[in-house]
Amino acid sequence: MSSFWERLLGRRNQVGSSSVAKQRLQLVLVSDRSELSPEIIQRMKDEIIAVISKYVPIAHDKVEINLEQRQRDNWLVADIPLLRNTQRNAPVQSSAESSTPEDA
Amino acid sequence: MVQARLRQTASRVITITSGKGGVGKTTVTANLSAALARLGKRVVCIDADIGLRNLDLILGVEDRIVNHIVDVVEGRCQLAQALIRHRAYPELYILPAAQNRDKTAVSPAQMIRIADELRLQFDFILIDSPAGIERGFKNAVAPADEVLIVTNPEVSAVRDADRIIGMIELLEKRPPSRLIINRVKAEMVKRGEMLSAEDVTDILSIELIGVVPEDETVLIAGNRGMPELNSRSGHAFMEIARRLLGENVPHTYHNASQGFFKRLTRLFTGSGTRQGSVFDE
Repeated sequence: MSSFWERLLGRRNQVGSSSVAKQRLQLVLVSDRSELSPEIIQRMKDEIIAVISKYVPIAHDKVEINLEQRQRDNWLVADIPLLRNTQRNAPVQSSAESSTPEDA
Repeated sequence: MVQARLRQTASRVITITSGKGGVGKTTVTANLSAALARLGKRVVCIDADIGLRNLDLILGVEDRIVNHIVDVVEGRCQLAQALIRHRAYPELYILPAAQNRDKTAVSPAQMIRIADELRLQFDFILIDSPAGIERGFKNAVAPADEVLIVTNPEVSAVRDADRIIGMIELLEKRPPSRLIINRVKAEMVKRGEMLSAEDVTDILSIELIGVVPEDETVLIAGNRGMPELNSRSGHAFMEIARRLLGENVPHTYHNASQGFFKRLTRLFTGSGTRQGSVFDE
C-alpha cells in the first residue's frame, strides 16, 4: 500500500541508479578533465596540507581541498582554516596525519 | 558571383559528433538534414566516416552512389558529380564516404576546402563524424562553424561526450558546441533509473539543443532508408532544426515533477509506462 501513497504523492525513488550515475560521472570527470588520477590528486592534497602546516598551524580536521568544475573550467578549491591564538598554544601540528589540536 | 558571396556568409557548417560509437550520430545527421530540408533550407550532408559509411544507407541512397568524397579529393570527379539528391527531399543532397579506403585518405585541410565549395550552394552543410578522437574526428570538425554533440543518458556515452567537448575547446577555431541527448526513455527517467536531460546537461555544462526520445520508428525508418519526421523522434528533430534556425522553441521533454491529477489518473489507469510521456505537459 505504501507504493499507492508514493505514487499518489509523486514521491520518487531517491536512491535510483541515476543519482549514482550522476555522482560517479561527476567524480570521474574531475580526474578526466584535469588529467590527474585520483591517487595523484590525493598526494597533491597531502603535500599542500604539509607545506602550509610547516608555516602556520591549521585545523586539519576541517581542511577541504577539492577539484571542482565551474561551468567547464577546473578549479582547485581549498578551505584551510587556521587555528586561533588560544589553540596555537597546543603543540603545533606538523603533518596531515596528526590528530586534531582542539583536543589539547 | 555576388549571389555566391552572399550565400557564403549565410551558410553554416555543422559537425555532428559524439566520441562514443553507437549513440546515433548518423541517425541524428540524417533526420536533422531532412528536417532542415523540410523547412525549406538547401542542405548537404557529408559522411566523414570513410571506410564505414552508413549515412547513404540510412537515407536510402546507397544504390545511387557513383562517386564519393575520396574521388573528389583525389581529382577523379567534380564535387557536384559526387552529390546525390534525395528522392523525397529535393533540397537535400548527400556526399557519400568511400567504403574501400581509410580515414587518412582525406586531410582536415581537404575537408575545409570541400566544405567551403559547398558553402556556395547550400544553406547547411552537416558533417557526420566517425566515432573516436583520431583522424576521422579531426577531419570532421576541421571545417565546423558549430558542433552538435550527440550523447545517450548512459555513463559511458556522457563521459566520452565530455572528452570530445574538451577536445573541441582546444581547437583553434573553437566552434560553439551544443548537446543532443538521444534515446531518452521518459519512463525510466521517472523511475529514477535513467539520467535525465537536466542531469546530463548539468554534468557536461554545455547548452542543450534537444532531447530525442527512444523511438522504434528510428529503426523502422532506417530499415526503409527514409527519415520519418512525423513520429515522436521526428518531432524532436523538427524542433532541433527550428532551434538551429534561431527560433525559440521551448523544450517539451518531461521534467521530474508531474501534475497531481496526471498522477491520479495514471494511478487508476495503470502503472504509467506510457510511451508518449516525453511530450507530456
